[in-house]
Amino acid sequence: MANVSIRKVVKAYEGDVQAVKGIDLEIIDHEFVVLVGPSGCGKSTTLRMIAGLEEITAGEIWIGGDVVNDVPPRDRDIAMVFQNYALYPHMSVFDNMAFGLKLRKFPKEEIKRRVDEAATMLDIQMLLDRKPKALSGGQRQRVAMGRAVVRNPKVFLFDEPLSNLDAKLRVQMRTEIKKLHQLVPTTTVYVTHDQIEAMTLADRVVVMNHGVIEQVGAPQELYHHPATRFVAGFIGSPAMNFLPCQVVDDGGLKVQLADGTKMAIPAARVDRYGPYKGKKMTLGIRPEHMTETHDSEKPGVQIMNAKVDVVEPMGMETLVHHFVDGVAVCSRIDPNVHTGPGEILPLAIDMNNMHLIEDATNRVV
Amino acid sequence: MADGSTMVVGAPAATSPGPRQAGSMKQLARRRSLAALALCSPLILLIVCLKIYPTFYAVFLSMLDRKMNNFVGFDNFAFMISRPSFQLVIFQSVLFAVTAVILKAFLGFVLAHLMHNIRGRNERVWRGLLLVPWVIPLSLSTLTWWWLFDPSYSAFNWTLNMLGFEDIAFLGTVWNARLSVIAVNVWFGAPFFMIMYLAALKSVPEQLYEAASIDGATAVQRLFFITIPMMRNIILITVLYSLIVTFADFDIVRILTNGGPQDGTHLFATYAFVVGIQSGNIPRGATVSLFMFPILAALAFFVLRDVMKRNKEMA
Ligand SMILES: Nc1ncnc2c1ncn2[C@@H]1O[C@H](COP(=O)(O)OP(=O)(O)OP(=O)(O)O)[C@@H](O)[C@H]1O
Ligand SMILES: [Mg+2]
Repeated sequence: MANVSIRKVVKAYEGDVQAVKGIDLEIIDHEFVVLVGPSGCGKSTTLRMIAGLEEITAGEIWIGGDVVNDVPPRDRDIAMVFQNYALYPHMSVFDNMAFGLKLRKFPKEEIKRRVDEAATMLDIQMLLDRKPKALSGGQRQRVAMGRAVVRNPKVFLFDEPLSNLDAKLRVQMRTEIKKLHQLVPTTTVYVTHDQIEAMTLADRVVVMNHGVIEQVGAPQELYHHPATRFVAGFIGSPAMNFLPCQVVDDGGLKVQLADGTKMAIPAARVDRYGPYKGKKMTLGIRPEHMTETHDSEKPGVQIMNAKVDVVEPMGMETLVHHFVDGVAVCSRIDPNVHTGPGEILPLAIDMNNMHLIEDATNRVV
Repeated sequence: MADGSTMVVGAPAATSPGPRQAGSMKQLARRRSLAALALCSPLILLIVCLKIYPTFYAVFLSMLDRKMNNFVGFDNFAFMISRPSFQLVIFQSVLFAVTAVILKAFLGFVLAHLMHNIRGRNERVWRGLLLVPWVIPLSLSTLTWWWLFDPSYSAFNWTLNMLGFEDIAFLGTVWNARLSVIAVNVWFGAPFFMIMYLAALKSVPEQLYEAASIDGATAVQRLFFITIPMMRNIILITVLYSLIVTFADFDIVRILTNGGPQDGTHLFATYAFVVGIQSGNIPRGATVSLFMFPILAALAFFVLRDVMKRNKEMA
């Protein structure tokens, strides 16, 4: 086990495509870090550079105190789980898991002990004699994880390991990966494009976009204090609503939407938002902070009448789509509140949880 | 086959549900297989006329006496085996086929790897060039080789002389001639192996190599633990196929050495021609040509069974 540090790392493919544009990241020992971001943002490229499968154009990668830029994958002491598992189809499950140990010339009994231990942990003891073809997707996934675990490497790398599984199994395996990390707390870098996976698994989440890191932080921190408009919109589902606005002062600081609606800014934030008076801004508010009016007495809560467009009952909550100032907006209400398309629904907007984004920089202020 | 059967199942289910479904399905299946048989019949007819009938006829011929009047059972086989001249032909054929196939497979494997690593537009040019020997009619290219091997006026010996070496009698001594015959066969046959192995190489998922290098495999270990096992079926089938074809080889020896010197390069096919056609002993000629058949048939049976088993396990 080891820490991993990525310093000013750049990856350029031929034709001057910069897939990764100089990122810095310190991963401490035992930490579970998740790289998340939209397709093509450079997550896999970053992971593969840590693995040594992709050359580093510039910068340095350190694993456990050594620069590994020129160390081939086999000497980096890492293990990787691939999206489509990459099990050796001509080897039994046992041999798949034992392969790395055999190559490293471990004694037979030690290999058997380790494989049995990992197989028990992952509940695949009865599959050891089978070939990968005779396994289900979830079982293959476990074997791939077993192959990584037996090696007891310094770092685990996962590249979207759950995206080939059906929804139910994905949730189950997600829990198992978390359990596995609690049991064997190896430093882990995990790539996914699914922000829920990222939030549930990570000690720290790294949000990437267009080859740069937008923000690094604990899941709750990203949720409550996104640093940029991108992170604000990416983390959370359904996504945060964005409304163009201006900060105005008419006997108290307020945000003013394009249609003239004004909403008071909570006292605690007046100092923070004061300097942005008159600039083009965007108001960010999460659906869960636009709800039916039951605690509208709380300070900082604004009431707004919405003309319901679409209602989506989800069971534990109901999503209501409507328009504010011509912008499509989603709110999350109690499923027991009855409403339907065309009806007027009074919504309580919790301005204590508002975000204000400066349009010029796309930063949350 | 897969989509054919879904059609059979799917079509009647859509049109006529109910108790009659099973019956109409069977009917449809029968009609379809009848159509398939009808469409295949020209090919089947061709195979029966040109392959199956001659094979059985050869078996029948090999059991007759010289005058082709009396049935003598396996006497011809017993007689041929006891003859030193034929024992030499067996030795030469096995030497020729086994050596040539091993060399072709090895060379094809190496060339396929080279091709695989030349990426970009050049790959197609090189692949095309390397396929040339296989595309030229064998009898014509063998004539060219014969001319190249010629002792006094050929390019090879001229080059050797230029470099200060003695002439080599490529076709003049028994062992030289044997090696020359093998060399021409390898030259002709290696491209086939190359193209098959190249296709096989390209079908090995890149991620297996990545997983293996992370698992700690060196390039050589990846070759032995990933590439070769993944190509095993193709290697077995190509070697089997090539062994059968090489054992039946006729053109090269016929043109290059005509069996000489001192009958030192005769193969089953050329010897069968000499015995059966030139000396007019047709039953013995048939005997010679049938000699390898049981051995190769058994080999094919076991290899194909193994390949099928592997296929079921892996793919
Ligand atoms: N071999 C390559 N040559 C050129 N460009 C490449 C190559 N591999 C990746 N890229 C580019 O680099 C960028 C980042 O790719 P990467 O695979 O890291 O994305 P990702 O974040 O993993 O996306 P996904 O979620 O779709 O897997 C993409 O724009 C991609 O087109
Ligand atoms: Mg990816």
